[in-house]
Amino acid sequence: MADVIEVGAARDDAPPPPGRTRRRSVTERGNRATPYLFLAPYLVLFGAFGLAPILFGVWISLHQWDLQLPNRPFIGLGNYRDLFSSDSAIYGDWWSSVRATGTFTLLSVPLLVVIPLGLALLLNEKFPGRTFFRAAFFAPYVLGVAVIGLLWRFLLDANLGLVNLLLGAVGLPSDTPWVTDVPWAWVSLVGVTVWWTSGFNAVIYLAGLQDIAPELYEAAQVDGAGRWDRFRHVTIPGLRPVMLFVLTTTILASANVFGQALLITQGAPGEQTRTVVWRIVDEGLRDYDAGRAAAMSVFFALMLAVVSVVNFRLFRYRED
Amino acid sequence: MSKLGTVARYAVLLLITAVFVTPLVWMLLTSVKTYDDAQQDPPTWLPNPFSTYGYDQILNSTANPVLRWFLNSMLAASLHTLLVLATASMAAYALARMRFRGRGLLFALIVGTLFLPPTSLIIPNFIIAERINWIDTLTIVVVPGAASAFGVFFLRQFFLSIPAELEEAAVLDGANQWQIFRRVLLPLSKPALATLAVLSFLTNWNDFLWPVYVLFSPERLTLPAGLGLLQGAYVTDYPVIMAGAMLASVPVLVLFVFAQRHVIQGVSRSGLKG
Repeated sequence: MADVIEVGAARDDAPPPPGRTRRRSVTERGNRATPYLFLAPYLVLFGAFGLAPILFGVWISLHQWDLQLPNRPFIGLGNYRDLFSSDSAIYGDWWSSVRATGTFTLLSVPLLVVIPLGLALLLNEKFPGRTFFRAAFFAPYVLGVAVIGLLWRFLLDANLGLVNLLLGAVGLPSDTPWVTDVPWAWVSLVGVTVWWTSGFNAVIYLAGLQDIAPELYEAAQVDGAGRWDRFRHVTIPGLRPVMLFVLTTTILASANVFGQALLITQGAPGEQTRTVVWRIVDEGLRDYDAGRAAAMSVFFALMLAVVSVVNFRLFRYRED
Repeated sequence: MSKLGTVARYAVLLLITAVFVTPLVWMLLTSVKTYDDAQQDPPTWLPNPFSTYGYDQILNSTANPVLRWFLNSMLAASLHTLLVLATASMAAYALARMRFRGRGLLFALIVGTLFLPPTSLIIPNFIIAERINWIDTLTIVVVPGAASAFGVFFLRQFFLSIPAELEEAAVLDGANQWQIFRRVLLPLSKPALATLAVLSFLTNWNDFLWPVYVLFSPERLTLPAGLGLLQGAYVTDYPVIMAGAMLASVPVLVLFVFAQRHVIQGVSRSGLKG
C-alpha cells in the first residue's frame, strides 16, 4: 500500500520528497477528531462512572430519595440538616460513625507514616537478601481486605487465636478480648491495618530514599555530620514530597476504613467501631435512604478534601 | 559494617519478617486441619492429622459455591484488566502526545478524581447501575472500576518519558496516529503496561465493598464477597474459612512472586509523582 502511494507521489513533478511532506501535513491538519477518538472509550467510562456520579450524588442528596419509593421530592438541604440536628433519627448513629472513623484515622496514620519509614531505612542499603525482605514486608498488602479480615478475626479470637497463644507463651495475659471490647478493638483494627499496609508505604519511601542524591550524604559526611545529623538534615528534607504523598494517601485510605471493621470487630462493642463508610452504605443500600446516604457522602468527601488541602498548605509552607 | 552489626541487622529483619509472614503460615496450616484439631484450646501449630476437610467442605458446598466464586473472580479481574489497558493506554496517548482543545482541563478533571474517596461515589454509582440493569451481573464488577484515573495518569507519565524521535520517524514514513500508537509506542511501553495489568488485576480481585453490595445471587458472587458469607455460615469452623481465604490468596501471592518487580515499580512510581 505504501509503495503504491510512493509511486504515485513520485509521478508528481513537485520537488522531492513531495509525498512525504504532503502526507505529514495530512496527519496534522486533517484529523482534528483523532485525539477525541483515542479518548472516547475512556471518556465514556469516566463520564458515566467518574464524573456523572459526582454531580448525581449532589443531586440525590438534595432529595428525599427512598430507593423503593417512586416519589423523590426535592427537600433542599434537609438531608444535611438531619446530620447536624440532634433531634433527627440519624444524628446519633452518624456522629458515632464519624467518631469511629476519626479515632481509627488518628491512631493509624502516625503509625503508618513512621513505621514504614523505619522499614524503608532498614532496606535502603545493598545487602544479600534485600529483595527477599522487601517482598516479605510487602506480601500482606497483595491480599484483599476480605482475606485479612477473616484471617485476623481468627488470629485475634480470644480462645482459639494465635495472638493470645503467643502472648501466653511469653507470660503475658492470654485472655484479652481483642475483637469484642474497647480499647482492644481499636488496638486490633489499627494493628491489623499497620500489618497489612506498612509494606506499601515502605516501598514508596524506598523509592524516595533512592532519589536523594548520594553527593548530599557525602557532603554532609565531609562536614563531619554523624548518622543522626545526616538523617535529620539530608534524609528528612529530601523525603518531604514523598512524605506529603504518603501522609495524604494514608489519611484518605484510613478514613475509608470499612472491611476491617465489618469482618474483624463487626462493629463491636455495640456499634462503637461502625465507621463512616459502613454507615453510608448501610443507610443507602440496606435501609434504602439514598438521599441521606448521598448527603453523608458529599459531607465526607468535602471533609477529606479540606484535610488534603490543609496538608498541602502546611507542608508547602514549611518548605518556603 | 562490623560483623556484630551485620548479625544484628539480620536478626531484626528476620524478626520483622516473622511478624509479616507468620499469620499467612497460620492460615495455610489451619486450612489443612480437622475441625476438632482447630478447636483445641490452647491452639497447636502443626495439623494433626493433616486433613483436606476444609477444602472438601468449600468445594462441595451447594449453598456456598466457592469454586464458582473463584471462576467469577478470575473472569472479572481478567476482563477488567483488559478493559483498563485498552482504554487507559489510548487516552494516555492522546493526553501525552496530541494537542487539542480542552486538554488541560480534561487532564485536571481526571487527576482531580484521584483525590476523591471512591466510596463517596458508591450511592450514585449504585443507582446508575440499577438504571442500566447491571446490578447482580458480572459487568457491574468489571466496568465501573475502569473509570479510575490511575491507569491514565500512570501511562501518561510513562509515555512522556519516552523520547518522541521514534514516533517522528514513523510519521515521516507515513504512519498514521493509530499505527504509531500500536506499532511504536505500545511495544516500547511493555514494562509499564505489565505493571498496570498486574495492579489492575490485584485491585479488582481484592475488591470487597462494591461486590458485597451489588451482587446478590449466590452463583454470581466474587470470591471476596463470598468470603463474607463463609464467615457467617461457618462462624468458628476455621479450617473451612481458612481454606476459602487460601483460595483467594494463592493466585495473588503467586502473581506477586512472579511479577514482584512490576508491583514494586508501580507502587514506587506512584509515590514519586506526589
